[in-house]
Amino acid sequence: MAAIIKITQDPLDDATRQSLIEEVCRPSDGGIVVFLGVVRDSSLGKQIRYLEYDAYVEMAEQEMSAIAAEVTRRWATDHVAMVHRIGRLEIGECSVMIVVACPHRAEAFAACQYAIDTLKSTVPIWKKEIGLDGEEWVEG
Amino acid sequence: MSVQVRYFAALREAVGRDGETLPLPVGTTVEQTRSLLVERYPALSTLLPRCAFAINRSYAPVEAVLQDGDELAFIPPLGGG
Repeated sequence: MAAIIKITQDPLDDATRQSLIEEVCRPSDGGIVVFLGVVRDSSLGKQIRYLEYDAYVEMAEQEMSAIAAEVTRRWATDHVAMVHRIGRLEIGECSVMIVVACPHRAEAFAACQYAIDTLKSTVPIWKKEIGLDGEEWVEG
Repeated sequence: MSVQVRYFAALREAVGRDGETLPLPVGTTVEQTRSLLVERYPALSTLLPRCAFAINRSYAPVEAVLQDGDELAFIPPLGGG
């Protein structure tokens, strides 16, 4: 099975999450860790109205595949899904969804944490905060 | 030779387009291309020095030498997640 890797304009909702879990999980899995990144209403004390995400889509999917490959190398599972949304996102909407399933919970937690931390530091995706006082492309 | 340059996020907004084809002398490095673009687009002078680089969708060092047909992207500080 290959990991599910995607950059999309579509909303990441409960149905997306459920279908990703069903697609990656196998009977050998005893632990599933799901990470959801969601849009906050404030950043460094500033009120946020909404966010705009941009990506170098081809390279971003390639870098996400590299993260999934490293997860497989280190935690021996390819039951992995990583999906990031781009475009305009409202407060409370999900920007990134990561699912990792493993036989036991410890490696599922570790692999999922590695996947989101590495995504933030290597995958070419950008975020613009549109606030009450203006807009700005932000780091992190 | 010619190199396809792609702009994203703050760079795209500063330049006003998402890419362009640059004719460059054989042997041009990423660093030389960056200098040329800062000259051409003064609005990039604070942003480009903070960017990483990708050649053909893989991260590359500033001293990398470009080849004809390469796709060069400047990667501003990331904000994914």
